[in-house]
Amino acid sequence: MSDEKDLEKKKAAAAAKAKAEALRKKKEDEKAAKGEEDTTAEDKEKVSHTLGKDSKEMDNSDTDEDLAKKKAAAAAKAKAAALAKQKRKQAEAANTEGEPSDNEDELAKKKAAAAAKAKAAALAKQKRKQEESGSDDSSDDEKAKAAAKAKAAADARKKREASGGESPEDDEKAKAVAAAKAKAAAARAKKKADTDKKEETEEEKPSPNQPLLDKYMKVIKEHLGEDVFEETYINRLSKHVPTLVAKRDTYHKIAEFLKFNEQLGFDYLSELHGTDFETHMEVYLHLFSFRNKQSVALKVKIDRDQPEIESVTGLWKGANWPECEAYDLFGIKFLNHPDLKRILLGEDWIGYPMRKDYEPHDVEV
Amino acid sequence: MIRTEEMMLNVGPQHPSTHGVFRLVIKVDGEIIKEATPVIGYLHRGTEKLAEDLQYTQIIPYTDRMDYLSAMTNNYVICHAVETMMGLELPDHAEYLRVLAMELGRVASHLVWFGTYLLDIGAVSPFLYAFREREAIINLLNELSGGRLTFNYMRVGGVKWDAPEGWIDKVRDFVPYMREQLAGYHDLVTGNEIFLNRVKGVGRYTKEDALQYSLSGANLRCTGVDWDLRKHEPYSIYDRFDFDVITRDGGDAWARYQCRLAEIEESLKIIEQAVEQIPDDGKFMAKVPRIIKAPKGEAFVRIESPRGEIGCYIASEGKKEPYRIKFRRPSFYNLQILPKLLEGENMANLITILGGVDIVLGEVDG
Repeated sequence: MSDEKDLEKKKAAAAAKAKAEALRKKKEDEKAAKGEEDTTAEDKEKVSHTLGKDSKEMDNSDTDEDLAKKKAAAAAKAKAAALAKQKRKQAEAANTEGEPSDNEDELAKKKAAAAAKAKAAALAKQKRKQEESGSDDSSDDEKAKAAAKAKAAADARKKREASGGESPEDDEKAKAVAAAKAKAAAARAKKKADTDKKEETEEEKPSPNQPLLDKYMKVIKEHLGEDVFEETYINRLSKHVPTLVAKRDTYHKIAEFLKFNEQLGFDYLSELHGTDFETHMEVYLHLFSFRNKQSVALKVKIDRDQPEIESVTGLWKGANWPECEAYDLFGIKFLNHPDLKRILLGEDWIGYPMRKDYEPHDVEV
Repeated sequence: MIRTEEMMLNVGPQHPSTHGVFRLVIKVDGEIIKEATPVIGYLHRGTEKLAEDLQYTQIIPYTDRMDYLSAMTNNYVICHAVETMMGLELPDHAEYLRVLAMELGRVASHLVWFGTYLLDIGAVSPFLYAFREREAIINLLNELSGGRLTFNYMRVGGVKWDAPEGWIDKVRDFVPYMREQLAGYHDLVTGNEIFLNRVKGVGRYTKEDALQYSLSGANLRCTGVDWDLRKHEPYSIYDRFDFDVITRDGGDAWARYQCRLAEIEESLKIIEQAVEQIPDDGKFMAKVPRIIKAPKGEAFVRIESPRGEIGCYIASEGKKEPYRIKFRRPSFYNLQILPKLLEGENMANLITILGGVDIVLGEVDG
């Protein structure tokens, strides 16, 4: 009896084990499908739990039920296996899809490289041909001729480049281009005339800042005399700022007056810089009056060969570095400046780079 | 008997607290600075010289590299100068995009200042917070322009392209987020006693000094001068927004700190209004000729950058390149007052004062 019982028990235990195994496998498959790997420990626990439970149940369960359960487990196992297979297939498919695209890329690259190579070769050939046609002659005469030809060609090329258009190889094309150019020039001239007319009509309207300029002029002329400006105007391009062009000798006097006069009170220097106009140098100041909330531009033209002008650092301390900058880049000497130095480039720099005729000096080049 | 001796010291040019390549030669007697001489020019790239051979559109990327912390305002100033000369009218949509970009840039710039300034004087964590929020702005501007710092976004007559879909909404959502963070900054730093002791009364100057030295921006407003070009000489469409000009009376580093942080809030106000007002017609470019030519003559315009008054002078011969272009760089002007501020100061205050000026060396050196 006891042997039989033992056998039965053993059988039941084996069945339970098989079932648990099947369950575990199924679960694992499911897990794989979900892509979760962190829960293995949890799953194992569950499996052992079910194992224990099943074996207990198995002890007093009918064989029919057992069979049905086994069947179900087998079915689940088969399903899981099928799923896994499918997955594997998919992954493989993805891999095989990835590889050819790489190959394609490489192919395209190779193709491009080959094309570039061919192009370069063609270019080299062309160049060689040109060189040959330029130098491969025996007589001097011919050589000169060829040189002239090459030069002409080069000139033409340059011109073409300058105009930025396509190469007009044929006479007809050139003619057409010339005609078009003439037409464009005519149109431009007409347009210019039109805009000039427009400007004239605009000029008739007084600028909103005209009264300001009149006021400045009146005050300055009352105190400094009639003959202190080269010209005064409203700069319409620059938000209608009243612009005063001082004479070289009266520049500092005017600046001082603009700052200290009670009616004007330009207590803020907004900007100071130099400009090389080739015929002369110019210093431009943009002043602002916080009292009246008004701006004025003060300019002075100075001799290009001997660019010297009084400094305004005594009036606005903020002019210190801007004047150094103008000295550094243009060579404008500001007289009575407390510390005129080459502020950006350093004292060993040769020449004034913002001048239009500047030639860089570099011993290593 | 104690003998003291004057000693010469170099600060920079390679030192993080100089925010770039800025060198300061100082003479110290013990711990007291007797004399300070700034040495600049290490980052001079000759932008103005280079620009003489370039077309106007080609100059715009160079302006990105001057004040690289708020490149949008630099983009704007050159476009604005050329547009002023040409008398161009911009479509509203483009103007709003510009204003949004500039104000976001202003917030980002002030955030960098806030973070690095506190880092300079010994507080590390505000830097991390400030850069987190700045990163959000940079991402927004990156989406808009395709660049993180050097945007090259504006063009004469408008902007490079329209904002991507949903961008305006993102900006709208950013405003409340930034407000919340700003309140956090105040909790974290503004009331901190150590911080207050380091900045209160340090680097003080008067209104008269500020005007004498041509200071601008927060450096000027911290002395009580009510002056902001956005408000008082309105350019673009700034006259359509309701915002305040922030002033403080202290004239010290503490006042400058307060000004800058309050300006973040004002910029957020402008952004908030701009995202509501922006028309969605998608017109981001005015009708401009293919090759931009400024008419013969000269013009000087100035606008308000985060660092102060940035200006652009153009002398044109009517060609496609400028005959002469000059940038009024606010950091360059603002830095002039430094020797005066440092004289007689304690060494420990040097970095507090230098940082308070808020310079960008790319701009100082041009």
